[in-house]
Amino acid sequence: MTVTSAGMPATGTAPSATGSAPAMPVSFQRRVIRTGLLGAVIALYLCMVGIVPIFNARPLVQGVISLGQAALFLSLFATGFVATRRVAESSSRLIADGAIAGGLSGVALSALVLVGSMVDVRAFMPNASPVLYGILTFNLGTVGFWIPMALGAVLGGLAGAVGLASPRLRRSLFVGLISLFALGLFAGLIRTPMLALPVDELARLLFASDGLTLIGAVVVLVLSVGLHHLQRTRRLDRQFAALPPSQRRRIQIPLIALAAVFVLVLPQGLGSFFAQVIAIVALYVMMGLGLNITLGLAGLLDLGFVAFFAVGAYTVGLLTSTAEFGIAQWPFWAAVPVAVIVAMVFGAFLGLPILSIRGDYLAIATMGFGEIIRILAGSDLMKPLLGGPRGIINIPKPIEVPPDSLLAGPNQIYYIALIGAALIAFVAWRLRASRLGRAWIAIREDEDVAEAIGINLIQTKILAYMLGAAFAGLGGAVFAALVGSIFASSIQLMVSINVASLIIVGGMGSIPGVIVGAIFLIGLPELFREFSEYRFLFYGIALIAMMQLRPEGLLPSRIVRREFQHGGGDEPPESSTSPLAL
Amino acid sequence: MPLLTATAVTKKFGGLTAVNNLDFEIEQGSIASLIGPNGAGKTTFFNCIAGFYQIEAGQIVFDGQPIQRLRRDQIAHLGISRTYQNIRLFANMTAMENILVGQHYHLRSSWIGAVLGTKSVREDEGRAHREARRLLRFVGLQNKGDLLASNLPYGDQRRLEVARALANKPRLLLLDEPTAGMNPAESQQMTEFIRHLRDELGTTILLIEHEMRVVMGISEKITVLHYGQKIAEGTPIQIQTDPLVIEAYLGRGSAGTAGHEATAIPALEATQGGASAGSTPASA
Repeated sequence: MTVTSAGMPATGTAPSATGSAPAMPVSFQRRVIRTGLLGAVIALYLCMVGIVPIFNARPLVQGVISLGQAALFLSLFATGFVATRRVAESSSRLIADGAIAGGLSGVALSALVLVGSMVDVRAFMPNASPVLYGILTFNLGTVGFWIPMALGAVLGGLAGAVGLASPRLRRSLFVGLISLFALGLFAGLIRTPMLALPVDELARLLFASDGLTLIGAVVVLVLSVGLHHLQRTRRLDRQFAALPPSQRRRIQIPLIALAAVFVLVLPQGLGSFFAQVIAIVALYVMMGLGLNITLGLAGLLDLGFVAFFAVGAYTVGLLTSTAEFGIAQWPFWAAVPVAVIVAMVFGAFLGLPILSIRGDYLAIATMGFGEIIRILAGSDLMKPLLGGPRGIINIPKPIEVPPDSLLAGPNQIYYIALIGAALIAFVAWRLRASRLGRAWIAIREDEDVAEAIGINLIQTKILAYMLGAAFAGLGGAVFAALVGSIFASSIQLMVSINVASLIIVGGMGSIPGVIVGAIFLIGLPELFREFSEYRFLFYGIALIAMMQLRPEGLLPSRIVRREFQHGGGDEPPESSTSPLAL
Repeated sequence: MPLLTATAVTKKFGGLTAVNNLDFEIEQGSIASLIGPNGAGKTTFFNCIAGFYQIEAGQIVFDGQPIQRLRRDQIAHLGISRTYQNIRLFANMTAMENILVGQHYHLRSSWIGAVLGTKSVREDEGRAHREARRLLRFVGLQNKGDLLASNLPYGDQRRLEVARALANKPRLLLLDEPTAGMNPAESQQMTEFIRHLRDELGTTILLIEHEMRVVMGISEKITVLHYGQKIAEGTPIQIQTDPLVIEAYLGRGSAGTAGHEATAIPALEATQGGASAGSTPASA
């Protein structure tokens, strides 16, 4: 015993200490170069797939920097940052390493400019054009080929220097940059309503027709960094939490009222494009809250959402349309309850064959429903009834109003979706604390134990599918009214995936999470329409990054956050509950 | 009349016969134990009773009704509750919610009523919460109702699992290694608690246990399994002196001399003390 306990550490550390000491600087250098090369690949990729030229059309700060340049700078900066992260070294060494890594990435871009201006590679790389070289060299052309190199070294070195700053300062800077990006991108969205209000002078000062003005950029940076710093040093949230409940309510109630007013007046004065976008976002918030019952409470990953969405939409179409295939010409409000009930019945029937399927398999199986309904709706079989690819048109608006009314166009859909979302949130809240809600959570936690406790899995799961389907049907009904028509091509698997992803990105089981998720995954891509297909590139990147960095979602509910903190979410209950178990 | 009768129960996993032609019965209001070396088929037999496994042959009759073809929830409705060897609480529900969900079968409110918040639902919920608080008090967790089950100390988790099982108002309670991972003081407490359960509520209790001090202290009948077969059955005294049992625990040849036996089986030896300690619970 004494031999092993004394000998083990000695033999264990001695060779590794002697072995790794000389090897350290080598692997260290290699790491810098490797990161630099990786950065080069990413920067080249951004240029070659055409992201930089397309993003260049959108200014971030008017006349100073475009989104395309910002994306490129960011990739160079990130290269330097990653290369120097988690390395304990002298400050000059860190800056040098960052500069080497960033410079390496820049060299690749410089080489691209040089090679590209000598040899025309546009035949197989259509984006390697003089326009791109202009962006890379600040319009100097081949003469300025050294610019990306120098820029990479400077930005990389800067990133190494940032690594030296205190975490608080670093976070403040990060917040400042994020704010700059966000406000620069959504300048139009903020500027339009401001112009209509008495603050139009301020709007012109801060926002250009596209992007921020230079003054605006400085104001945003100073304000966001300052506010963040204030919050960090004063711990406003802790001060707030320390207040007695009566005082806390005195602050909370006006804030909630303010938020409510904001939500209510939001679509007014935004113009028809933005109004349409926020109506769609509100619709997805409503559908997200609906799926949250199936997915968040009962833990059933139901990707057949779009099937019931279609049932709701077609039911409303059939019952209200004034054109061909319309059978009743009912008002929207009479058709909605029918649509919900029909969707519920479909939910119960489609739930039956998948009762015993669990987890990932369930997602695949339910995905089939959406496809079945989509194919059926577009098929010749259902053509006499549903119109096939031509669909059902002339679905009237829920409320007939003059075009300049507060409820005109997509605005009324926005309000209807808000009411629907409030209704669903209320139902979910009531169910959460009921016998059925507890049974759902128990099934989510441990299906076998739940059944052994006396929970009828068949009944309970069918109810989850039925309620999920009911709210999906409601979503479809509102969608039909928003668009005014319903086609087989509207029944896309992407609807199911969007709704599921927005819940996961936002934070499962949390209402604010669903709202934030819908804004991020539905609203943003709509606002970036000019970037066409690239939107989905970023959608994908955002999903991967989210799952890596914040698997619990942006604004998770208190319970989900606890689950992730305790590591109880993914592991089998045995290991999470009893570290002492034999 | 026995509360539960198992006749010629056989459960196989591929080529392995986990429970082999087992006959077993437990009297109403008694405390019985299943013991045996690891892999003897004890937990498998539990799983057969509770409907986790479908048996290949035989019959299990509970209170005059065959249950071997019923679903787990139907078996629970008849009044059989269980706990698990490795605690299986709903880790992300509070202690209170765990007990509330345990009462599932005995609550009657519909989901529509719950959404509308009708009077009958509110009364039902009120009763359920009162009952849950009562059970929390009963297992000594009165101040811990709002804690997440996963945040409770180990012993409390064991007791909460029993409370969740009790919420179903069982007539037969299956406890799978209720003192696993407990120190002697805790397991003594758990022993008292199990006896208290039977005396207060009249619940029939069947337990699997490795801790001989516990087994010998509270069981009225002990059944010994080995390779899925019953090799002995009887009172604690009978089991301690059974040569087959000693052989199963220590291997062939160990059952030779009686003197060797007493020193070679610490677990069984300790049971003598355990039995006497168990018979004077007032001292604890």
